[in-house]
Parts: sequence; structure tokens; C-alpha cells
Amino acid sequence: MSKTPPDHTDFIHSEEFLRELMKRQLRLSVSCASAFLLLLLGLPLLNYFAPELMARRVGGFTLSWLVLGVLFFPYVWIIARVFITRSIALEHAEVHHAAKGNARQP
Amino acid sequence: MDFSKIDPWILALSGITVLVTLWMGFRSAKTSKSASDFFVAGRSVSVGWNASAISGEYLSAASFMGVAGMVMSSGYDALWYPVCYACGYLFLLLFIAGPLRRFGAYTIPDFAEGRYDSPLFRRIAVCFVLFIGFFYTMPQMKGAGTALSYILPGLPYWVGVVVVGAVITVNVALGGMKGITLVQAVQYWIKMFAISAPVFVLLAVYGGYGKNLSLNQSAAESATVPAIVQPADPAGLSRKPLPQAAPKDDAWLAPFGPLTSKAVNAAAAALPEEQRAVFLAQNKRPYSLLYTFSLVVALVCGTAGLPHILVRFYTNPDGVAAKKTTMWVMILIGVFYVFPPIFGVLGRNLMPELYTGLAGVKGTDAVVLRLPTLISQKYGILGSVLSGITCAGAFAAFMSTFSGLLVSMTGALAHDVYGRMLRPNSTPRERMRMFKWCAVLIGGISVILGCFVEPLEINFMVGQAFAIAAASYFPLLFMSVWWRGMTMQGAAIGMLTGGLCALVAAAATNVSNLSLDKGPMGKVFSGFAPLNSFWAAHPLLRILCEQPAIWTVPLAILLMVVVSKATRAGIPKDVRMKMLVLHAPEALGLKQEYIQEQQGPAH
Repeated sequence: MSKTPPDHTDFIHSEEFLRELMKRQLRLSVSCASAFLLLLLGLPLLNYFAPELMARRVGGFTLSWLVLGVLFFPYVWIIARVFITRSIALEHAEVHHAAKGNARQP
Repeated sequence: MDFSKIDPWILALSGITVLVTLWMGFRSAKTSKSASDFFVAGRSVSVGWNASAISGEYLSAASFMGVAGMVMSSGYDALWYPVCYACGYLFLLLFIAGPLRRFGAYTIPDFAEGRYDSPLFRRIAVCFVLFIGFFYTMPQMKGAGTALSYILPGLPYWVGVVVVGAVITVNVALGGMKGITLVQAVQYWIKMFAISAPVFVLLAVYGGYGKNLSLNQSAAESATVPAIVQPADPAGLSRKPLPQAAPKDDAWLAPFGPLTSKAVNAAAAALPEEQRAVFLAQNKRPYSLLYTFSLVVALVCGTAGLPHILVRFYTNPDGVAAKKTTMWVMILIGVFYVFPPIFGVLGRNLMPELYTGLAGVKGTDAVVLRLPTLISQKYGILGSVLSGITCAGAFAAFMSTFSGLLVSMTGALAHDVYGRMLRPNSTPRERMRMFKWCAVLIGGISVILGCFVEPLEINFMVGQAFAIAAASYFPLLFMSVWWRGMTMQGAAIGMLTGGLCALVAAAATNVSNLSLDKGPMGKVFSGFAPLNSFWAAHPLLRILCEQPAIWTVPLAILLMVVVSKATRAGIPKDVRMKMLVLHAPEALGLKQEYIQEQQGPAH
């Protein structure tokens, strides 16, 4: 190898750092996904088990139509917004964490 | 050809859309110079442009015309299509967009090879890009052909296919990805205007969304309020009587309607008369629920797995921009998808004659193009102008989706097949010239394929493309990004088995549907007619074949895990480094280090 090999013993290359990193990211993604899946899979179940409730009229719409045809979109935008803000904050925290970890190790 | 039937406004506005597209392609050809401009738009497309471009590419003929038509013909259940088309992006954002972007490769095959160090896997991935791409191209071509023969009555179907194919091929060959980005971004706004402006006018004239929906009565309501006196409605809302072919109000308005209960209804029809009611009461709703869930899985995972959408994530300058882009795409697409169902509802009340089918674009699919002409009865020329605007939007729809597909397929052929496999030592100049030739080649093949698919339904083809993508690419990307125990063998076997199962299952129901066709296709597929009596006896199997995602996606993931465990020795040696590049913030600069290391031994 022509160049000096990069130092692989520092903190950011450690197993500990990667494991922690992936765990945090996955936790954020899974919690946002659960909020989404709750409505996505819950709505058919509501239609199935509470048909009278979902057929109730709200401003001419049936409740079921209002949720799926109109309200679903803003709901997803909120989840996306929360995810993006948090994941950018998470990246900043990770950079900070990595710098501190590298400084700690000899 | 009968020129007297042509509406000059419709012709003029559609023509302008085509000319603007061509003009922008020529203009941007001057600024697209490097190979990187061609493949990933120099990786410097701003968030606003890129989000508009992704949205423009995504809203195809199926979204623009098909969703409105399906809501009109099937009612509530069809709403799942626009919702899942838009929300599949959330899955991309949550699990795939960021890591994929950080890994930094030109195409999905690049990712496949980079993640598993396997040129063989690259070849498999290239084949899949081309395969899904052609599947998705055919409905766009069909849309182009039918819309043009609606705009110019009497024009043969193939003329539309050839015209649209040629315009887009020229654009892609001249400007590559960078040129197309600009064109698609502008086309998004054309489509947005074309779908929303007529809706606002129609709602102002014929009453609001909710009011129009309230004219359709559910089963409980029609029991309590027996006589509906629509013409004397005080709000001035009116509704034309529904023809025989239209679904009844209660089935149309409520969940688990005609779309999801098709298999059960067919099974009930095959039973003796006296058993039907009991059978339907027992099975209709559970089976419809299963169908709904499977449809949702296919659409959400399929969106996240469409190759021509994924390529776009590489055109952002960094991971943060990629995330912001997805946010904007979801907003732009979500706003758009509110409108087509309104067309469907208004069409049911105001133009029920579409249920029986008319010349030109068949039946309810034409509702977006035809409904604005109603305005002419009250405001004269405005109706023609609005109808012209929606036709222009339809043109923008299939042109932009086709150009996106053409770029990703051409990219796969020029970058992966030529640049990596055939001539790895070719200069960037040679690759750029090859990109242009590949664009012409693939454009030509698409036009030829498009000419043959006239008898097939648009939804038949789009549905298959989604089902295959959901069971192949989505599990591959999801598992590769989050599980480091994956091996090349596991990934390849899972992806291929999932994709093939989806293909075969969907094809099995489609050939049996085609065998019932009264046209020439019915004769070709008449051998499959006995399959229909099998489906009637096994409605559950039919649902699982028609909407296979609910079992093919878990099957693909399961196979990936099992085979990877069995071939544990094949886990790439530097998997930890790969995962770091996929997940660590870009500010740490691990990607540069990784690339240096990879290139180090070769020099």
C-alpha cells in the first residue's frame, strides 16, 4: 500500500461506536414507523370492527373517507417532519460523541 | 381523420406541453457536459428542484388519470392507492434514503456490488433494473397512445406511442440526468396546476367535495331516509341517475367494496342460489380485509423499491439534503393526490354515463379529461380551456415518468454494463457517447413494446411492477442496510425468489382475467379459462395470487436470513467498515477514507 494505512484502532472504528450508532438510528426509525403503521394498519381494522362509527358523517364525508382521503397526508407529514428534525440532531450528537471518544482514547 | 371533432384548445395546450419539453431539453443540453452531469446531475441539484423533479417523475399516467377513474369505478377502497403511493416515501425516508445516500454509489447495482464485493450480484441487479423498468414503461406508453387518440379522434394508437417515445428519447440523449431534472421539475408544476385548477372551478360551480360525497348514501342512511329527492336539493346540487353498470351507493361509499371483494363475489356466484347469502355474510368482510392489507403492503413497499425513484437520491449534495428532499416530495405528492379522488366523486355524480364506456379512452379512466367539458354548458369556452389543461397535464404525466425510467435504464446499461463489465477502461468521453446510444436503443425498444400492449390494462401492468419491486428490491435494500450478517447468496436468493413468486402469482390471476376478454386477447389466452372455475372454488388462493405482497415480502426476508445464516463464511470481511459508511454521519469523513483504502492496493 502506497499511503499510510488509516488508524483503525481509534474510537470511531470501534465495534462499540457502530453498535451504539445503529441502535440509536434504528430506534428512531422504528418509533416513527410504528406511528405510521398504527394508522395505516389500524384504519382497515377500525373499518372492520367499528363500521357504524366510521360511516358517521363529518361535513358530508364519512369519517372513514375523511381520514383516508384527506387527513392521512398531513399526519404523514408530521411524522416525516419529526423524523427529519430528530435525525439531523442525532447526527450532530454522534459527531460530537465521536470527537469526544477519540480524544479520550490515547 | 375527421378534423371537425378536434377541439383547438385541447390540441394547442397539449402541443405546447410537448414543445416546452423539447425546448427545455435542447436548452439544458448545452449545460450538461461531464459524465457526472449525465448520470447523477453532477450531484448538485438543489432540494427544491430535486423534490419537484422526483414528484414530477413519480406522478405517472396511472396517478393522473387512473386514480380518478378507479375512485369513480370502485369507490372508497381505491383511495388506498393515492394514499400508499404518497406514503411509501415515508418508508424510504425512515429506513433507506439516508444510508443509501451516504454509501455514495451511482446506481442500485453499484450499491449491490459495493455492499457485497460481488460483480456477479451487480449483474443480477442490473437485470432487475431493466426488467422492472420495462414493466413500468409499458403502461406509460399505453397512456400516451390512448390519450393522443382521445385528443385527435381517429389517430391510430401507435402514433401517440411513437411521438412521446421519440420526444423523450431525444431529451434524454441530449441532456442526460441534468437535463431531465429541469424538465421533470417543470412538469410537476404543470401537472399540479392541471389537476387542481379544474377541480377548483368544478367545486365552485357544482358544490363542495363533502357535499358531493353526501349525495351518495350509505346502507344505514338510505334505510332511514327512504326517498332521495336530489333535483330539488336546496343547495342547488344535482345528480344524474346512475346507469346499471355502476356500483350501488352503499357498496361504493363504504370500505370493503367492489375492488377488494371481487374474488369472494365470483366465488359466491359459482355457488347454488340458496347458499350465496350465507357464504357472503360469512366470508366477504374477512377476505376483503385480507385483500386490503396485502394491497397496502404491496403499494408501500413497492414505492420504496422502485429503481427509478431510488436513483434520484444520489442527485443530492449530501445526506441532510436527501432527507429534506424526501420531506418535500411527500408534501408535493400528498397535495397532488388529494385532487384525483375529487374528480372521481364529481364524475360519479355529474357524468355517470362514463360507467357504460365511451369511444376513445375507455370508461371511467377518461373522467379527468372529460369532466371539465361540463363547464362549457354554463361558461362556454372555459370548459374547453380546462379540458385542454388536463390533457396537457396528462401529457406531462406520461412524458416525465417515461423520461425518468429511460434515464435509470440507460444509466444501468451505459454505466453498469458498458462502463463496468464490457469496457472498464473506457474514458468518460466514450461513456458519455455510449449513454446517448443506449438512450436511443432503450427508447426504441420501449416504443416497440408500447405498440404491442394496447389490449392490456394500465392497472394490470402498474400493479405487477409494484408487486415485483415490493418483493425484490425493498427486502434487499432494507436488509442490506440494517443487518450486517447478510451475504451475497442470501441477498440474491431472497430477492430473486420474492420477485419471481410475485411475478408468477400476479401473472396467474391476470391471464385468467384476460381469458375472459372479449377482444383478440381473449382468444390468445382462452387456454387459461378453466383457471377461473378454480378461483371460484378457492377465493382465498385467488386473493393471495392477485395481491401476493402479504406473503412474498416476508418470504423474501425469511429466505435472506436463512440463506445468509447458512453461508456465514461469505459475509464481506470489512463489513464493519461498510456499515460505518452506511450509518456514520458524513461529517466524520469515513467515506473518503474507505474509498482510499479500496483503491490503495490497486495502485
